[in-house]
Amino acid sequence: MGAKPKLSMYWAASCGGCEIALVNLNEKILAVDAAFDFMFCPCLLDTKKKDIEALPDGDIAITLFNGSLRTEENREMAHLMRKKSKILIAFGSCSSAGCVTALGNLSPKGENFKTIYLDSPSVDNPKGIIPTPHTTVPEGVLELPAYLDRVKSLAQEVDVDYFIPGCPPEPHQIWSVIQAVTSGKPLPPKGSVLGGGTSSVCEECSRTRGDKKIKELRRTFDFKPEPDLCLLEQGLICMGIATRNGCGALCPKVNMPCTGCYGPPEGVEDQGAKMIGALGSIVDVEGLKELKEEEINTKVDEWIRSIPDLAGTFYKYTLAESLLNQLKGRKK
Amino acid sequence: MTFEPKIVGFLCNWCSYAGADKAGASQMQYPPNVNVIRVMCSGRVDPQLVLKSFKAGADGVLILACHPKDCHYKEGNYRAASRNRVLLQLLQQFGIPEERCRFDYVSAGEGERFSKVIGETVEAVRALGPLELQ
Ligand code: SF4
Ligand code: SF4
Ligand code: SF4
Ligand code: FES
Repeated sequence: MGAKPKLSMYWAASCGGCEIALVNLNEKILAVDAAFDFMFCPCLLDTKKKDIEALPDGDIAITLFNGSLRTEENREMAHLMRKKSKILIAFGSCSSAGCVTALGNLSPKGENFKTIYLDSPSVDNPKGIIPTPHTTVPEGVLELPAYLDRVKSLAQEVDVDYFIPGCPPEPHQIWSVIQAVTSGKPLPPKGSVLGGGTSSVCEECSRTRGDKKIKELRRTFDFKPEPDLCLLEQGLICMGIATRNGCGALCPKVNMPCTGCYGPPEGVEDQGAKMIGALGSIVDVEGLKELKEEEINTKVDEWIRSIPDLAGTFYKYTLAESLLNQLKGRKK
Repeated sequence: MTFEPKIVGFLCNWCSYAGADKAGASQMQYPPNVNVIRVMCSGRVDPQLVLKSFKAGADGVLILACHPKDCHYKEGNYRAASRNRVLLQLLQQFGIPEERCRFDYVSAGEGERFSKVIGETVEAVRALGPLELQ
């Protein structure tokens, strides 16, 4: 009997949700185990880094790499897993596009450290200790992986074969990818997004859409939305219009707006800019028509004041891969 | 050497593009820093185009539209104005000042206003210096 192909899953700067999503395959996990030798996954198995280092290059058939690259260790592991894997898949939003961790790119490292280690209300750090890569203690020098200046997606560091979007990816989509790779049929071209559609969440959403004309923006805690009408038309920022389909419109199904976890639809480079474009298309301009030029600005400003964190709203999952992330804002 | 800003100008065919012609025909002076892209309506300027311009090396972007009530397609200018306000706030959150992305109205007859807006935009972006990429 020939040895089964090796499957591994590695987490970098991750929350663990992607591993849960894999386990949520439920009984299908047995089929995964039948097809693969699931041999490395720090969240679930005890294999060590040195075991991976000892493997010949390209020995692992598939690595699902989740989490973004926040530290030097994440970066090192990205290179190691690339080297040891035939197919490296960026698994989930963090790995594909930075996700929430990449919002840290909005502030310089020093500011992030100050918030995390000094200013947060729940922090008790009377000596004001900030972690550093090397700390001398009587017993010797302690080492921590260095914090990178900016969060990167996996593909910003190493060559990536495929991307599976979602925070986390939906189990039925993970399953469809596993079936595709075990079927022996030719895989899609390198660089493709697997386990998702090519259009937008709206396509899978059963809510009724009318002639979109938004008069005001509202937030989820302001009111109880109508169960059958498009949430965007009710004034909620539903990112479904600027998000790749594939999840089955899960959030709108339970009266919550899509926050965009499947990333931009095929062909869209910047999810946030796409959403701003869409908002411009659906704002009720009747209310602007009688206004003077400056008043138009004031009116729109009033209108968007109800979105407290634009970057966090429009780029919750994709900042690292956005066009915006490539511009240098404030001086560091 | 003084810094010469590169600015991408999206000019609506029906108003500011003609306004630029008018300024040229009347031999008005304005700085040559704006690379003009003619669009059929300011409402066509997707915010992705603005970000792509920056990524391609623009230090500033200028979007010129028909005055309110004058848009050839009735409401493209209101939509463009709305998008610009949201984009400006987003850019500011990212530390990019609003002077780098100006939206304004210039009609076909306003040659003088055209050269004034161009002059102001170039000077404002010059004062900010180059927009660096990561
Ligand atoms: S993509 Fe979402 S679920 Fe997966 S590690 Fe990142 S934050 Fe967690
Ligand atoms: S905007 Fe949201 S609620 Fe409206 S159709 Fe699209 S996904 Fe559904
Ligand atoms: S509706 Fe949007 S946020 Fe919710 S799971 Fe689908 S893509 Fe993700
Ligand atoms: S036609 Fe000029 S802004 Fe619409």
